[in-house]
Amino acid sequence: MNQPYANRKYIILLVFISVGLIFVVRLFYLQGIDDKWKIAAHEISENKQRIRPERGEIYDRNGALLVANVPVYDLLVTPGLVKEMDTLSFCELVGITKEGFMTRMAKAKHYTRWKASAFEKQIPAEEHARIREQLYKYPGFEWDLRILRGYPDPIGPHALGYIGEVNQAQLDADNFYRRGDYIGINGIEKYYENQLRGQPGVRYILRDAFNNEVISYKEGRYDTMAIPGTDLYTTLDAGLQAYGEWLMENKKGSIVAIEPATGEILAMVSSPTYDPNLLIGRDRSRNYAALAQNDSLRPLFNRATMAPYPPGSIFKLVQALIGLQDGVLFENSRFPCNKALVGCHDHSHSKSIIQAIQHSCNPYFYSATQKVINKGRSKSIFKDTEMGLAGWKTQVQSFGLGRRLQIDLPNIKGGYIPGVDFYDRMYGKGRWAYSTIRSISIGQGEVQVIPIQMANLAAIVANEGWYYTPHLAKKIARNGNKPEPFRIRHTTTIDPKYFLMVKEAMRRVVQEPGGTARLARINAATIVCGKTGTAQNPHGKDHSVFIAFAPMDHPRIAIAVFIENAGFGGTYAAPVASLMIDKYINDTVSDPRKEKYIREVNLIDPK
Amino acid sequence: MRSKTENIFYNIDWSITGLYILLVLLGWLNLYSASYNDEHPYILDQSQEYGKQFTWIVVSFVLAIVILVTEGGFYSTFAYYIYGLVSIMLIAVLLFGTVKNGARSWFGVGGFGIQPSEFAKFATALAISRYLSTRDRFAKSKYKLMAAGIIVLPALLILLQPDAGTVLVFFSFVFVLYLEGLSGNILLLALLGVVMSVVSLLLKDTTLEGFGVAISGQIILMGFLVLIGIAGGWVIRSYVYPRRRKRAYLNLMASVGISIGFIFVVNLSFTHLLKQHQRDRIEILLGLKFDKDKGYNVHQAMAAIGSGGWTGKGYQKGTLSNNKFKHVPMQSTDFIFCSVGEEWGFMGTSVLIILFLTLLIRLVMVAERQRSKFTRLYGYSVACILFYHLMINVGMTIGLAPVIGIPLPFFSYGGSSLLGFTILLFIFVKLDSERLEVLR
Repeated sequence: MNQPYANRKYIILLVFISVGLIFVVRLFYLQGIDDKWKIAAHEISENKQRIRPERGEIYDRNGALLVANVPVYDLLVTPGLVKEMDTLSFCELVGITKEGFMTRMAKAKHYTRWKASAFEKQIPAEEHARIREQLYKYPGFEWDLRILRGYPDPIGPHALGYIGEVNQAQLDADNFYRRGDYIGINGIEKYYENQLRGQPGVRYILRDAFNNEVISYKEGRYDTMAIPGTDLYTTLDAGLQAYGEWLMENKKGSIVAIEPATGEILAMVSSPTYDPNLLIGRDRSRNYAALAQNDSLRPLFNRATMAPYPPGSIFKLVQALIGLQDGVLFENSRFPCNKALVGCHDHSHSKSIIQAIQHSCNPYFYSATQKVINKGRSKSIFKDTEMGLAGWKTQVQSFGLGRRLQIDLPNIKGGYIPGVDFYDRMYGKGRWAYSTIRSISIGQGEVQVIPIQMANLAAIVANEGWYYTPHLAKKIARNGNKPEPFRIRHTTTIDPKYFLMVKEAMRRVVQEPGGTARLARINAATIVCGKTGTAQNPHGKDHSVFIAFAPMDHPRIAIAVFIENAGFGGTYAAPVASLMIDKYINDTVSDPRKEKYIREVNLIDPK
Repeated sequence: MRSKTENIFYNIDWSITGLYILLVLLGWLNLYSASYNDEHPYILDQSQEYGKQFTWIVVSFVLAIVILVTEGGFYSTFAYYIYGLVSIMLIAVLLFGTVKNGARSWFGVGGFGIQPSEFAKFATALAISRYLSTRDRFAKSKYKLMAAGIIVLPALLILLQPDAGTVLVFFSFVFVLYLEGLSGNILLLALLGVVMSVVSLLLKDTTLEGFGVAISGQIILMGFLVLIGIAGGWVIRSYVYPRRRKRAYLNLMASVGISIGFIFVVNLSFTHLLKQHQRDRIEILLGLKFDKDKGYNVHQAMAAIGSGGWTGKGYQKGTLSNNKFKHVPMQSTDFIFCSVGEEWGFMGTSVLIILFLTLLIRLVMVAERQRSKFTRLYGYSVACILFYHLMINVGMTIGLAPVIGIPLPFFSYGGSSLLGFTILLFIFVKLDSERLEVLR
């Protein structure tokens, strides 16, 4: 052929074949080699739906429900599916304003047009039933069931804690959670989060481009059920807890009651308290702000585990026991009530250590403690004090003081027992002696304790020298066990025989004329042993403190009561403790006048 | 002889015809999967795309036979008339047509309709072949202008609809002009232009920082061009005869100047002439921008194809590119290739590309055996049009070409496009069958 451009056909063929080849190579890579698009396809069509597990419920020691699950409904919207609608009547139906509607829609659109996102959260069941009837008129809206917490009796909020939506930090820290999940924020809800939260289930579905569920993927072969969280049986006694909260109305302070034989916490009252129902539902954040910021009484603050106080005279029990153990004190040791050393009130002469405790004689324990600290092991008085204090501190700590008790609650404080380091820092090494640190002898100065440590101290005396770490979990799951750490028995450095003297002294404090806590008496059958204290308060009236256990033989309850700004321990703290003991042991109120006296006094805002 | 010529299948090219029938039937089966509707499982259901497509296939086959019955001479004789008629249709559709997908491009009622622009392809192919076969190629610039005019007129009318995707199909005629002696430099220049545009756009938002100064990428590109100019100048001084140097210098300076000017023009037209969605498509293609919403089509398409793997998910087992899930938009028309990729995997896509390639090569071979220059040019036109559709349509679904809405021949749902391709192809088959009757 006489084609002048004949070879150009080869160029055209070359272009055809090259493009075909490029396509085949590209497809080879795209379909065969690169997994990216297979993953992308999975993400597009196969939707892994996470099924939220139901959270475990919480019961008291007798099986009464304390924390229940309550269904609420989130109203979701998929903006792309919303049709022309009567916005006004919709707003009326849901109970929002027109502006509220606009901002919610804008927010949902901003998130994504084709996926459902929350429009209005936590609509209670009753309201949901009303709205649901009308909702068919408004395409694009749907429901999402959520499970919230509910409290049949609004008691024990400080021990139980509360839950809330996970925040960004928690999402980042633990990939268990997804946005919108609930997590325990405080109390045992937080401490036992891993047991209570359960295990989410997974459902695989295929979705179309408009996010409608089309079919279950492979007939649900890969789906798993959600496993509900484990129920938690607490050690709390709902009746006693409620009674304690009722008694403490109009008072600032706390009550901790423990079963001495087991370390189980029977009641944990922090007053003023709050209604845990305020921290669920739609008004949660507003209520929380009100409780956290706008209330000077700090109702969210758990005084029972977090508020440090000087123990006052209660500390004399510990001093007496250490002195006896160290062999520097004996049953009949006598020290004069020399008010020149340290102030005291008027009482008859203490002829024995038992009487000294009974009278709560300050100079007696000033001198007694000096014997513990200064044993003359060094010629230097400074060196001797240093050695004595170190040994003393070890013994005090064996009572669970000056360190955090490993209670099953978050945010526990440990109080403070000063040691050698502390005074070295304060005064310089070798520059302090017993006279410098003497205030520790009567539980003042730097010594600080937490109410629960004092309840534990009462339990230690009741047990004559040992204790189980106080705890709130009786068993995890109905047939479950108590967590391991609470089955370990801790012993003090003190020989059990010395506790008998202290017990007798505590009995006299309550039962004998001249005792400082006569208001704590119940009846002849229920022998109460107790010790008053007055915690010095530099900011106002002293705090009233009382610890007790009962009955004297086979104690069933050990208790500590702290009432702020109530003065002497015998006045208010002792009767509150006795009412609690009576309620727990006898399930009655033997002395209604005492109850009336406590109920009617207002120590927060005295008229 | 008579008995032979009365047989309408006498001497037709069976490999082209066979490939056509195979592709059409494969296309139909694939469409049955891609737009399958649970409620209408019957493949001939006229309410569904696969049912309608079957009707169009029957119509196309009838039309193919009609073309084979017609004298081949008819097409060269009436080439201009057909061209004129289609041009009138293109004007009429602008005035009386119905709007679909934002373009006034349809005549029709109900589900069935005709898209004149699909027929403009074969009409223009006939006209340009006729024109070039009767003139002594590009002897005069008047002829060149006339040839360009024949191509540009329908393109312009379609642009008014506006249907930019179909307009671009008319660029495939440049190959035919090239074959007929259009300077290869023009094609090279065009290629160079594309490369320059791409590089320039890629560098648009890039800045290089160093020594405390930030320089825009385009400035660097221009500087690079100037450097090449200087280097070129040195080469000319060292190696070019002195008497030719002046001319060489001028050429060099002009090239550098035009290149730099070109970069400016590209930039200006990109930011001012193009619409936002067109800018987005180009930027997404060049990887300058990733936007899940804007690049949605391509992302979904590539996910569908990529998820097919080596052997695919199986016929009607796709989970993205079908009517049920609709993850791939326009899965039965422009993005039909996705369902091939998803359900048949690399096996299916490579076979399909090879089938198309075989058809194209066969068309070139058959075109080359013609004595008639008209038939030969027409054959090349057919090949080039089909190639262009294949290149753009498949290219866009695998992220190698910008998203331009044109159908995949024989596979995309649509009556006009199937009829258009059938007419285009069978006129050539008919012309070829009469090749022995043509005198040199």
